[in-house]
Amino acid sequence: MRGINMGKGDITMEDKFITMAHGAGGVKSRELVEEIMVPAFDNEYLRQMHDGAKLPVKNNIAFTTDSYVVKPLFFNGGNIGKLAVCGTVNDLAMTGAVPKYISVGMILEEGFPIKDLRTIVDTMSQAAAEAGIYIVTGDTKVVNKNSGDGIFINTAGVGNLIDGCDIAPRNVKPEMDIIVSGYLGDHAAAIMALRHNLQLPDTLKSDCAPLNKLVYKILQAAPKIAVMRDATRGGAAAVLNEIAAQAGVGIIIDEDKLPVRKEVRGFCDILGFDPIYLANEGKMVIFADKTYSSRILAVMHKDVYGKNACIIGSTNSIAPGEVGLRTAIGGIRIIDMPAGEQIPRIC
Amino acid sequence: MIMPEECKKAAEFFLQNIDRLITKPTRFMEVCGTHTVSIFRSGIRQLLPEKVDLVSGPGCPVCVTPNDYMDTAIAYAKNSNVIITTFGDMLKVPGTSTSLYEARAEGADIRIVYSPLDALQLAINNPAKKIIFLAVGFETTAPLTAATIQTAQKKQINNFFILSAHKWTYTALDALLSDPTIKVDGFLLPGHVCVITGEAPFSFVSERYAKPAVIAGFEALDILRAVYMLALQVQNGQAKIENAYKRVVRTEGNPIAQNAISSVFSNTSANWRGFGGIENSGMTVNAAYAQYDALHSIPVTKENSRENPACRCGDVLKGNINPTQCPLFKKICTPEHPAGACMVSIEGTCHAWYKYGQGRYHYGR
Repeated sequence: MRGINMGKGDITMEDKFITMAHGAGGVKSRELVEEIMVPAFDNEYLRQMHDGAKLPVKNNIAFTTDSYVVKPLFFNGGNIGKLAVCGTVNDLAMTGAVPKYISVGMILEEGFPIKDLRTIVDTMSQAAAEAGIYIVTGDTKVVNKNSGDGIFINTAGVGNLIDGCDIAPRNVKPEMDIIVSGYLGDHAAAIMALRHNLQLPDTLKSDCAPLNKLVYKILQAAPKIAVMRDATRGGAAAVLNEIAAQAGVGIIIDEDKLPVRKEVRGFCDILGFDPIYLANEGKMVIFADKTYSSRILAVMHKDVYGKNACIIGSTNSIAPGEVGLRTAIGGIRIIDMPAGEQIPRIC
Repeated sequence: MIMPEECKKAAEFFLQNIDRLITKPTRFMEVCGTHTVSIFRSGIRQLLPEKVDLVSGPGCPVCVTPNDYMDTAIAYAKNSNVIITTFGDMLKVPGTSTSLYEARAEGADIRIVYSPLDALQLAINNPAKKIIFLAVGFETTAPLTAATIQTAQKKQINNFFILSAHKWTYTALDALLSDPTIKVDGFLLPGHVCVITGEAPFSFVSERYAKPAVIAGFEALDILRAVYMLALQVQNGQAKIENAYKRVVRTEGNPIAQNAISSVFSNTSANWRGFGGIENSGMTVNAAYAQYDALHSIPVTKENSRENPACRCGDVLKGNINPTQCPLFKKICTPEHPAGACMVSIEGTCHAWYKYGQGRYHYGR
């Protein structure tokens, strides 16, 4: 952790809330790092305690960054810390890399409960362990009360690109299969239900999860998949539209093949949402040649994060750049790029 | 919505028979915005034979809300003593020069609620503030507003107010039918409205104007069945009100909800976007509950309202044109930057045409 010396002794962090002193670079800043961050994230690279982490990597790496702001910070199925680790891990995995190291930058608001910070940090540590990655460097800053939303987290990460994989939208051609890794919309439904005080069954929880191990297995079984992308903001609809535009293919998906939980569908019916536009934090969309599909699905079905994977549609050359959904009675409706935030309707 | 094979067969049955029964170009109007969305979402427009055209009517409460209402709401929002509470889709509806969405960005306290009861709770939690609920909607939402006002009175909550834009759907239908230039051969009547009102308020459609009408549910098959029943009436030269949504709609409606409306509201002339003023079409808080009427209790000065003269929401709401015939559609007016209310609401006709692709894509008709 930059600028902080490892001191000896038994300083105990007795504060209950983050104060401006925790961001001033003095004793309090050191306590924050030494008592909360380092014990949770501990690894050989972090222990260097240098201005930056020195890391062994192969020649070709993938590098990504993302910032996390979410309200509420804690939700059924995770919290902002889990999102921050899984999000960056998943972004790396989607490029065809094995995620290795990530950084954590936190902006804390004055008055944020230390207890909550500990919970978030512990969750990040667990998520990192599950994903098999190291949190190797970090930074904390404190902003005045009312200048933040409790906590903002930025993570950046690098991973080793897997030899022989070429994951890119340009590889997508007509007549390819489109696979999703499981139920759509769980994360957004869980978050929005909390945000708007809607009573929903406990079974509805965020799908937040690291997908890198599943991706690795898929790429071992089928290195030549065309492209994959995690369906976060904007949901599967955003991914399908991006790929259709970038690859210049048309896409048709089948309504009755879309995996959506009953409770999420009910939630959407009430509020006028479409599950295909809802954010996910542990789901991906894969485009692959039809000859690979059964192999890919076989691997996915054996993994906890892919057990409900299925083919939802295919690409075509009829309508380049456009995404259509074949409805249950056989009509087609357009799935366009999501516009603005999802706002609930009157009736 | 996963449909078993029998449902697909039922859809085919209705479509084949509609094709057989209708022999010349025919226009049916779906009055309700929820029908419009369901029709687009299920792809019914493309599946129907080309001679059968479905046009959307004035049944989206957001769409028929005129600029002067929005301007008043925005003026209230700028009062630092006021918290505006609203259903989400009112946020982006443009007023004369700005919207609630922009007012919120400039610091106004505007909260999205799912029910007027949430607004009442907010009033209880914030006794120092005046909470104004934007009471927009038809017969379906008015009973809940009425019940909330009655609750506020019982609990003696004195900082809860509503700005009423509640309207009677059937009055717009009457105004529409009295215009001889309107060409509609039959109506899909709004199922949810009829749950409250029953069939009687709509009987004039057949009695005075000799048009067939069918009360319809909202699933794809409900709608196809209702169109099929309209086609049967057209073929037989009939004009009657039929109920194709009997699993929900009772002939007499819901008397408790009707009572709630009549205890709290009285009828008044109201402005409809596209129609102008319609006599007895609006619900205003009656004298017994006047203190809950924001306009009665909280002074406000709003800007001079005017409608965008290029926006053709009015013609769209009357079924005179489809959205692609409006010069602003998808050029100036998009869901990100709506010029008219019909582009704002999820249930707005222009929004549905834009979102589900008609006139924009290769897929679909």
